[in-house]
Amino acid sequence: MTEKKFQPVGAGVRKKDAAALTMGKPVYTEDIAPKGCLCVKLLHSPHAHAMIEEIDVSRAQKAPGVACVLTYKDVPDVRFTQAGQTYPEFSPYDRLILDRHLRCVGDPVAIVAAQTERQALAAMRLIKVSYKVLPAVLDPMEAIDNETIIHPEENWRALVPSCGADNKRNLVAQGVDEQGDIEAELAACDMVIDRVYTTKANQQCMMETFRAFTRMDTYGRLEIVASTQVPFHVRRIIATALDIPKSQVRVVKPRIGGGFGAKQTAVCEQYPAIVTMKTGLPAMLVYTREESMTLSSPRHAMRMHVRLGAMKDGTIRAIDLHTISNSGAYGEHGPTTVGLSGHKSIPIYTHNMKAFRFAWDVVYTNTMSAGAYRGYGATQGLFAVESAVNELAHALDMDPAKVREMNIVREGETMPAYYGEIAGSCAIDRCLARAKEMIGWDEKYPAHTMPNGHIRAVGMALAMQGSGISGVDTGAVMIRLGDDGVYNMAIGATDMGTGCDTVLAQMAAQSLDCSVENITVHGVDTDTSPYDCGSYASSTTYVTGMAVVKTCEELRKKITRVGAKLLGIAEGDALFEGDCVREADGERSVSLTEIANAHMMAGVEDISACVSSGSPISPPPFMAGCAEIDLDPLTGEVKLVDYVGVVDCGTVINPNLARVQTEGGLMQGIGMALMECPTMNERGRTVTNSFLQYKIPARVDAVSVRVEFEPSYEKTGPFGAKSIGECVINTPAPAIADAVYNASGVRVRDLPITAEKILLGDRE
Amino acid sequence: MMEIRFTLNGRAVTAMAEADDSLYTVLRGLGISSVKCGCETTNCGLCTVHMDGQAVLSCSIPAPRCEGHSIVTLEGLQEEAKALGGCLADEGAEQCGFCAPGLMMNVLALAKENPAATDEEIDAYLAGNLCRCSGYMSQRRAVKKYLAMAAGEVRA
Amino acid sequence: MASYRNYVMAQTLEEAYALNQKKSSVIVAGNMWLRMCGLKKQTAIDLSRLGLDKIEEREDAFVIGSMASLRDVETHAGLNACFGGVFARAFAPIVGTQFRRGATIGGSEYSRFGFSDVSAVLLALDTRVVLYKRGEVPLSQYQTEAWDRDILTHIVIPKGRTAAVESVRLSATDIPILVCAASVGADGLRLVLGARPARAMIVAEGMKPEADAAAFEEIAQRTAFGSNLRASEEYRRKVAPVLMLRAAMNCIAAGEEERA
Repeated sequence: MTEKKFQPVGAGVRKKDAAALTMGKPVYTEDIAPKGCLCVKLLHSPHAHAMIEEIDVSRAQKAPGVACVLTYKDVPDVRFTQAGQTYPEFSPYDRLILDRHLRCVGDPVAIVAAQTERQALAAMRLIKVSYKVLPAVLDPMEAIDNETIIHPEENWRALVPSCGADNKRNLVAQGVDEQGDIEAELAACDMVIDRVYTTKANQQCMMETFRAFTRMDTYGRLEIVASTQVPFHVRRIIATALDIPKSQVRVVKPRIGGGFGAKQTAVCEQYPAIVTMKTGLPAMLVYTREESMTLSSPRHAMRMHVRLGAMKDGTIRAIDLHTISNSGAYGEHGPTTVGLSGHKSIPIYTHNMKAFRFAWDVVYTNTMSAGAYRGYGATQGLFAVESAVNELAHALDMDPAKVREMNIVREGETMPAYYGEIAGSCAIDRCLARAKEMIGWDEKYPAHTMPNGHIRAVGMALAMQGSGISGVDTGAVMIRLGDDGVYNMAIGATDMGTGCDTVLAQMAAQSLDCSVENITVHGVDTDTSPYDCGSYASSTTYVTGMAVVKTCEELRKKITRVGAKLLGIAEGDALFEGDCVREADGERSVSLTEIANAHMMAGVEDISACVSSGSPISPPPFMAGCAEIDLDPLTGEVKLVDYVGVVDCGTVINPNLARVQTEGGLMQGIGMALMECPTMNERGRTVTNSFLQYKIPARVDAVSVRVEFEPSYEKTGPFGAKSIGECVINTPAPAIADAVYNASGVRVRDLPITAEKILLGDRE
Repeated sequence: MMEIRFTLNGRAVTAMAEADDSLYTVLRGLGISSVKCGCETTNCGLCTVHMDGQAVLSCSIPAPRCEGHSIVTLEGLQEEAKALGGCLADEGAEQCGFCAPGLMMNVLALAKENPAATDEEIDAYLAGNLCRCSGYMSQRRAVKKYLAMAAGEVRA
Repeated sequence: MASYRNYVMAQTLEEAYALNQKKSSVIVAGNMWLRMCGLKKQTAIDLSRLGLDKIEEREDAFVIGSMASLRDVETHAGLNACFGGVFARAFAPIVGTQFRRGATIGGSEYSRFGFSDVSAVLLALDTRVVLYKRGEVPLSQYQTEAWDRDILTHIVIPKGRTAAVESVRLSATDIPILVCAASVGADGLRLVLGARPARAMIVAEGMKPEADAAAFEEIAQRTAFGSNLRASEEYRRKVAPVLMLRAAMNCIAAGEEERA
């Protein structure tokens, strides 16, 4: 093998779209919408649970500028799910575009489309609705077998009945996974930590709210340009919702202003789509921030009951976790998110584990439907299990780091609680050791008092996630050789700011031994991009990245074949060398440019390759996080002084982007831990409906976040890489909760950890 | 509808506006797409522009108040902003990029007002520019590099 | 969103006043909060052309035009020198620099927001508001009055007191859960509590300028607090004496520093 001229993998190259993004170019959905798009607005239900008795839109329809006003009478009676998942979706088909039965505050009552926003809003005020208000189920603990049934409809449908869905019982999913005799093992343990932890329906708060525009294209098909993570799923979802053939829908993804999972759900696309179908006119819906905070796809609020059994020496023998997850009014991502609360938390403590049980109930309530948010259930489960491990350490009077060192999964071990997968690449031990060093754990644990009376304390947590959904997620990549030897790479994975366009181009450049600049990338278009399930479940680097590697292998063969032909030698005697194909044992070569130009002449041979990839396993990235806080014991206020995160994401493809992913994920986790407090009033209305009432961290809230990598090598991943996007949000809540305990003696088990809970809480 | 005359990126413009339109709405109507709206509560910083040289939230400026004033957006600072954009790009700090124009405008204001800003001063000055992707650390690194670079140029 | 039929750039205070006598009119100051209040009015009256954005230092007081921005106030060298930088510290947590460049001191006071950091500090400093027709009114009185149709043109902050401010917040740039401003002058120590969550009020005056924890505790017990999204009444009552103590100590220390 000759030496490579280029080494793009591992380089912190700029994102390919960086110049456009930093310089404010018009590259987002709203920026590229055709002039004269109808403005689409939604009339929202004021009630948590109601039936529309009468709805009169006659005055609204006649209002100036109005193109159409649609109600439940105007939509197909075909149920669908907004969840962007591979078909057949685990999420039940429980929605109509508009339904007479309103199941949460905000549920759309009518769609108004007018020439201007002012006209649409004015017309909306002319709609007369009378509601029959129904008793609402707001508490997930009261949902199962409640006499109020949220989805009584006959055409409700679970495509995957094995998930235990039963609409007549308000159940979205129910199940149990276990190994060994959990009760016997717990009984044999010296100590059982038995606690309940709760997390809230946090909002992703991407800066660009949900939005899409739609139009009929030249061929009479519906074109949807959407800020989405899942263009191919949106094609299927909208075709299903509109009851039209999937061939009649095209979805285009331009630049996206953040997603974090929010846009793994087709939250808004169906509304402009049906307007365009009804009127033939282009239409755009831009969610207000209030809509994005009140009728969207937040994290599933969960209540987790943990029983963690251990011996006096600190060995963890058994974990029993029961999760109750609130899916809200609809089932989007309900059956799947809950699984991660156990499957991505319990396996960390595989080493001495004798038995585990993980049981779950996912329920319908009359609250906003939940969805996918970075971490996808793992974040919730890890808050519970990691907190329980910290509580165990305190109960045993042991250092939480020591307890972890004794019990964490080792590379090569089989993880029964992770579908029996093997930890093939695992540096969690090194992550833990390095995080301890970085924060100065041994000097600082547990706490010390400052001259001003404040208390400085540290806390830690571990985390894992997956890399794609094993046996499901699919990414295909197509690369063509173009003029002068440029490679046009088409992907269906959706860069939402994360930089996957660039990271995948780096992998292609590495495989093809060229510069990253020689690989062009493009946004996603379901008509022209190769199939990809989309960017979610930490899949893109690992799953689509592997497709890049495979595609490049095939492409190299084709280039070599054409090169050999041009050189007049046998294929086996030719070598691909990035910028040329060379005679293996001679001097002669033909440049890539010559090969590229030749293949566009007289049909020599098409030089393109398209390979799809999936994985039977989902190798977990691992991480350790340590928080140092400053707690004011007289007010309960907590300031984060420092947070260190050490990540094993396998090979780091682009250290800059991996670092920013980590810093960003940590900051979201810090917000979840300390300030983000989605709140509903007694009538089911979300009152944290803006950035004024729902606080996300500003840059003055956490002044130091430090990140390092402890790479392992994942042999099933591209260049040894695993995922990073989600794992990084998981450690702050449990780490900060323990730091707070170390500083104050108050254990907060329900997020967020506010000054009030600390000051008024009971010291343990 | 009323007519509003102001200077936009150095050129005199006349815009039509409703009495209750904001500068943000007028700018988007004029095809200025770098200004973004991330909230409706005047506290995300995405719509930051310069009004008479000062960074302001265009969503809060009543359009008629702009009469006779000078408004500069990122479209008007493409050359001046390049170095800062490069600093952000070198860190991967732009991420989704949706908050980038507002941030850029406020950093350019900071560079004029306090070119030797410390870390704390950078954070405090930019506190009203929210970002959900980056976690802010990379932005701080980029801004520090940019300020150092700009200071170097001044000295040179 | 607020909506208006007409937007008038007032050329004189008299014009603004005359227009504002109709209930269908509203004065637009910084427009930071007004824009999102859902108000529907016939006429919006803009004060930005009236030269009301000046900060003037007189021998005995600072006179600040109602359209001066919070940023103007927090960065004003004279004000900071005279009051020990209390404005810079008190205003720094208010959203961000761009917001504070838009928000006006007059708008903050006219609106009498319960959560206002600005009101708490100004109340502690014997501030008077100047109304176009009525003339000078103590802020402590103005604070308790209903919104009227006069126009707030200036605020007057007399020299002679030192002040300090303490607050607790859910996040660094959020509105406060509770804010306490303390000031010391010839008449002794004054304490103001804001974001109770009701409007800021003077809870103690003429106290001996010392860190009297028991007295602060007693004040907290008799002061009205409420609960809202950000904190409970119980929490506010419990941290109030802490903030009072710290603010008092800081402003006593600042006063001593100045005398020294």
